[in-house]
Amino acid sequence: MAKWTLRAALAGVAALLAGAAMAADTVKVALILPMTGPFASTGRQIDAAARLYLDQHKGDLQGCTVELTTKDDTGTADVTKRIAQEAVVREGANILAGFGLTPLALAAAPIATQGKVPMVVMAAATSIITEKSPNIVRTSFTTPQAAYAMGEWAAKNGIGKVVTLVSDYAPGNDAETYFAKAFEAGGGQVAEKLRVPLQNPDFAPFLQRAKDAAPDAIFVFVPSGVGSIVMKQVADRGLTAAGVKLIGTGDVTDDDILNNMGDVALGTITAFFYSAAHDSPENKGFVEAFKKANGNMRPNFFAVSGYDGMHAIFEGLRKTDCDPSAEKFVDAVKGMSWTSPRGKIAIDPETRDIVQTIYIREVKRGEDGELYNIEFDQIPDMKDPAKAGK
Amino acid sequence: MTRVETGAPPAAAPASAAALLRERARWSLFDLLFWAAALAAFFVFPLRLPLLTEIAILGLFALSIDLLLGYAGIVSLGHAAFFGAGAYAAGILAQHGWGEPISGLAAAGLVAAALGFATSFLVLRGSDLTRLMVTLGVAMMVLEAANKAAWLTGGADGLNGVVMDPVFGVFEFDLFGHTAYWYALAVLFLCFLAIRRIVNAPFGLVLRGIQGNALRMSAVGAPVNRHLVAVYTLAAGFAGIAGGLLAQTTQFVSLDVLNFQRSAEGLLVLIIGGSGVLYGGLVGAVAFKLMQEWLSNITTQYWQFWLGAALVLLVLFARGGLLGLARRFLRRRPARSERGGAA
Repeated sequence: MAKWTLRAALAGVAALLAGAAMAADTVKVALILPMTGPFASTGRQIDAAARLYLDQHKGDLQGCTVELTTKDDTGTADVTKRIAQEAVVREGANILAGFGLTPLALAAAPIATQGKVPMVVMAAATSIITEKSPNIVRTSFTTPQAAYAMGEWAAKNGIGKVVTLVSDYAPGNDAETYFAKAFEAGGGQVAEKLRVPLQNPDFAPFLQRAKDAAPDAIFVFVPSGVGSIVMKQVADRGLTAAGVKLIGTGDVTDDDILNNMGDVALGTITAFFYSAAHDSPENKGFVEAFKKANGNMRPNFFAVSGYDGMHAIFEGLRKTDCDPSAEKFVDAVKGMSWTSPRGKIAIDPETRDIVQTIYIREVKRGEDGELYNIEFDQIPDMKDPAKAGK
Repeated sequence: MTRVETGAPPAAAPASAAALLRERARWSLFDLLFWAAALAAFFVFPLRLPLLTEIAILGLFALSIDLLLGYAGIVSLGHAAFFGAGAYAAGILAQHGWGEPISGLAAAGLVAAALGFATSFLVLRGSDLTRLMVTLGVAMMVLEAANKAAWLTGGADGLNGVVMDPVFGVFEFDLFGHTAYWYALAVLFLCFLAIRRIVNAPFGLVLRGIQGNALRMSAVGAPVNRHLVAVYTLAAGFAGIAGGLLAQTTQFVSLDVLNFQRSAEGLLVLIIGGSGVLYGGLVGAVAFKLMQEWLSNITTQYWQFWLGAALVLLVLFARGGLLGLARRFLRRRPARSERGGAA
């Protein structure tokens, strides 16, 4: 026993010394996600997708293997920061990935800079994140992308007057701003801008006000789990019956919970970057493999972001011959483009943010009887409008 | 009551209040061991310093709750309000260019204490249940205020751009967390000394009396309300210092410093360790964080289940928390080990 411990200690020291000297054989990726707490579903989706990618591409890289460790940050910013710090200094993680919410990503950003490690953001969607460290790359989306696309489409398609209803926090305010910008630029009129508290929201009084304004449509942005409550209340308040359309970003009709919302969700029009019903061979393969590996759970937009994040990591390493140092890796990922399950995507070489097609979708019943976001229109190659100066 | 100047022999019951207080304030073997272990941790686990720092901060937070719950008998579900107030005070100061850590920490404590003083009058009213609701309500209001005041606090995005100066102008906050740990540990130790002094002063004895029977204490002539206001303010101040420490060592503040969960965690930690014994919060923080770390490494998704199970068992079978358990264990065979080191 004592011998064994001694040997293990020696091996540890040797590994430490060797690790500094030569290029890493194992590239360690710390996947930091909320696996418990109110945002656990985000973590579950990304974790499942990242592991799926790893399984499918295990032997793909010559010269190194990728090792993935999932860590639970409970959705609390100081814990995220501590875990990121420990991952870098203690476990020698080469790449940080995950980050379920904006504050979590922002808390970890200084670690990416100080520790000189790349940080692949697979969820958090506020525009500013990629500006907080030169080592950040994002493979999910930005809220303005979706909201701006919705505004543009609505103005062009016979919707003249809209009431916006958003959760009162930064992403909600982002959504409200960029929807209104695009919509008003297209000649539409935002009759009222309503903000609902993020904690314990009661939508009834707000929806009544929205109804009184008699708009053509109501634009909704809420965090993904809250979508079903809004949906029910919109129907209950008789907005649907009064002919008011429900439009929004795809967070409202999250694939993870969409099917459980029932008929009230039918006809909802959203703008977003991914639907599990996206019609392409890449996506069919992805959805099938994902469901098979995860007890028939449907992948949502977080899953595809995690999957693409892993792809960026693999392709980045391929280009740098397994060198995960921030300068080389981030340089390699800049400007990269590929066909993801969601369609064609690219990493903007200037902002390190994602460039992708935003689809306009309507909730319908699919062939298997389940509810899906069916895509019927698209705005291709959309950069983050907040950074593009729109 | 006769005054006895010399300390009573250790085993016998103290003959006066003064002697009792002196007896309590005496440093025991346990004290030395505990702080020596805290120092040794730096050298034994040089790569786990961020976790150790977090434990120290949580410990200080639990200690401040102990002052309320363990000594004055005030049950609070909203102590995070003060933790958060301190965190934001320190964070906002640093964000606006005042990066000197020690004065920042003092400011954090003062802001939180001021908030504690202002809200203490609400807490004085009513019984335990009312207090639960009032403290909870105050914390929710502070949380919502911080959320709304996005121009100041950054709202749901959190407070960015917190840059700290080196401690004493020399020790930079480094990536390995060396400075952060020494800093947090030193602050924890000083606060511990202060709190120990407070509870072992006549003031602390009056608090215990109030906890036992407030009505009788006022009949004796002790100003119950004034004492409660004072202890609530103090506890808020210490929680604020803990919050300030968190803001300074992580250089980031987000709304979850004000969450209900934060209050609950502090209470939980205290109950795990044992309330009313000072070390309860510290031992609880160590046990809670290590257990959390260990379990969440084994099962990333379901660790809360096992943590919950452990807590239920602990509360059922170990009244008085871990320290209570340890004390009972030591007391069962006191003959051999003359005087055990129970705190």
